[in-house]
Amino acid sequence: MIRKNVAELERGKSYIQLVWRKFKKNRMGLLGGIIIMTLGILALFAPFFAPHDYYKLDADKAYRPPQRIRFIDAHGNFHWRPFVYDMVMDIDPETFSRIYREDTSKLLYIRFFVRSWEYRVFGIRSNLHLFGVDEGSIHLLGTDRLGRDLLGRILHGGRVSLTIAFLGAGITVILGSIMGALSGYYGGFVDMLVQRLVEVLQSFPQLPLWMALTAALPKTWSSLQVFISMVIIFSFLNWPMLAREIRGKVLSLREQDFVVAVREMGGSNTRIIFKHILPNCLSHIIVILTISIPELILMESVLSFLGLGIQPPMVSWGVLLQGAQRVEVIGLYPWVISPCAFIILAVLGFNFLGDGLRDAADPYTARRR
Amino acid sequence: MVCEMLPTLTPLEEGKGEQYLLEVKGLKKYFPLTRGFWRRAVGYVRAVDNVSFFIREGETLGLVGESGCGKTTLGRCILRLIEPTAGEVWFKNQKGERLEITKMTPKELKNVRKEMRMIFQDPFSSLNPRLTVMEIVGEPMEIHGLARGKEVEERVRVLLEMVGLKAQHMRRYPYEFSGGQRQRICIARALASNPRFIIADEPVSALDVSVQAQILNLLEDLKEQFHLTYLFISHDLSVVQHVSDRVAVMYLGKLVEIGDTELVYFSPRHPYTEALLSAIPRVNPKSKMQRILLKGDVPSPLNVPSGCAFHPRCRYAKEVCTREEPILQGVGDGRYVACHFATELALKGVEADVCG
Repeated sequence: MIRKNVAELERGKSYIQLVWRKFKKNRMGLLGGIIIMTLGILALFAPFFAPHDYYKLDADKAYRPPQRIRFIDAHGNFHWRPFVYDMVMDIDPETFSRIYREDTSKLLYIRFFVRSWEYRVFGIRSNLHLFGVDEGSIHLLGTDRLGRDLLGRILHGGRVSLTIAFLGAGITVILGSIMGALSGYYGGFVDMLVQRLVEVLQSFPQLPLWMALTAALPKTWSSLQVFISMVIIFSFLNWPMLAREIRGKVLSLREQDFVVAVREMGGSNTRIIFKHILPNCLSHIIVILTISIPELILMESVLSFLGLGIQPPMVSWGVLLQGAQRVEVIGLYPWVISPCAFIILAVLGFNFLGDGLRDAADPYTARRR
Repeated sequence: MVCEMLPTLTPLEEGKGEQYLLEVKGLKKYFPLTRGFWRRAVGYVRAVDNVSFFIREGETLGLVGESGCGKTTLGRCILRLIEPTAGEVWFKNQKGERLEITKMTPKELKNVRKEMRMIFQDPFSSLNPRLTVMEIVGEPMEIHGLARGKEVEERVRVLLEMVGLKAQHMRRYPYEFSGGQRQRICIARALASNPRFIIADEPVSALDVSVQAQILNLLEDLKEQFHLTYLFISHDLSVVQHVSDRVAVMYLGKLVEIGDTELVYFSPRHPYTEALLSAIPRVNPKSKMQRILLKGDVPSPLNVPSGCAFHPRCRYAKEVCTREEPILQGVGDGRYVACHFATELALKGVEADVCG
């Protein structure tokens, strides 16, 4: 080791650096992180990734099946540029239902960074899109009942679903750790009160309670108001579990000598809780955060699926799944349940991430080699 | 029980108490043992039972006793980290005022805490793993407003060097240090608020023997440098002999003997002290000192034997010991012993040539 100038202080490693050093060794955790990042970016810049305006209705394109990306055409020729076939609609002469078939005479080459419909992201106007076709239309995940591009709608719905989950988990964590810390640290009457409240909240049958709470929201509220209330309802129902966990951790931490040492030097309870106890619960909190986010995603989907959550025109993954409520629809147009794939991906991603963080969030235990 | 008389130990005359830095009078800590739904107290664990002693300014009082005899509880009661059940603790602060710790409001207590500090037994659990050394050592200064900003860093640097650590390591976390180094951090933290009195609660028992001596020497050096007064709690008799001016022996929450280290070690007056001293490991194989093996286990502090708490295990016990509780009495030379036969028994201490 090179001798350092004695006067020079060592640069300390921050918590984030220490966590990252450990986290990057966990492959599943990294995979989860990548999935979540990808989904997040896709959702944030949804219009950029959507080739068509997903708010535009087009009755002629209702329930169009997904187009396959191809390199080889019907005549067996290889094309360097990926393409899709255009779709044409026929009417079944007997049932009068629509039948789509690929028009193999019309190749639509996929072009990248094309300019088409205009959108705004973070106040920036643009008409640049990742991919698109020159004429006709490309619907990689098909269209819904009203002929809107499903891919765009799913990406856009991810915004609401993920935001609800993040915000809800954030409030859950703040509420849960403060309640848990108070309960565990002060004990006695406070503890009794908080724990009984937790028990009451947890003993409610969940689904009816959600339904009752969301049904209590006025129908006249705007979708944004409903959205905010959903976040609050979710975190209100979710904090008890966290509070219990944090309480247990605090109970063991408050007897630790380093906490006694702060009292011994004259530190206040606030200092003990916020500077010494809660930071030591951080690994717990992070793990619970990554567990409760997928729970909230699922919660949102269930409620919105039942029509109790997010209200159209706001779109979320749950709202999109409303389109797949009837068995006939799923049978005839199976692509309408594709939002499910995104939900599964997000939930798995968060679980992997949580597993990775569980090990990495406490970097102070092992000795450095 | 409560209206029991104070032992004769404490000279209560006015003026005489002035020279003591710390005076403990009849301190008790009973932990209630509750049972059932209504939390009825079915008994009390007498962790500290009617303990009285004093510490002069600048001296080191060693407190010895078996595990579980209430040493740590006593130390924590003095600092009110555990609220004592009864009794008084008087402390002479920097301005020379005698203050009753046991009657203080939280605000007054905070003020006096910077003068009375503690070093904990386990250097692994007594440092917050998430804070850097600088944050740990700087915290008392922050709490008491003793330094600010750059000043804190400067003072931490001085303190770290004083306890034998490299100042450039102050941005490291506790896990990067060994046990001995961690204990040095604890000592630096204790010194950070310019204390006058330090309770060292088994400061070396969690350390390797090779490191113990270094830490003990450090504590002695610091004592001279800062005119500190120590209450040194330990179960290691040789360590206590090494550092203490006076020694107090504790058994089942009570003090059984207190006096100058030499006197207590070479001519104990309490049978329990004698038994303890005979258990010190000898280096010299030729000196075949009779080891006194105590009968039975330490009785439960929940159910203290009648009369003298030590009588079931005492080989000199007579009938009176089962009936009457001996009180801590002066036997001359500044020694106090709680034994009915303190002046009659001829007890054996350590031999001068093997120890000391």
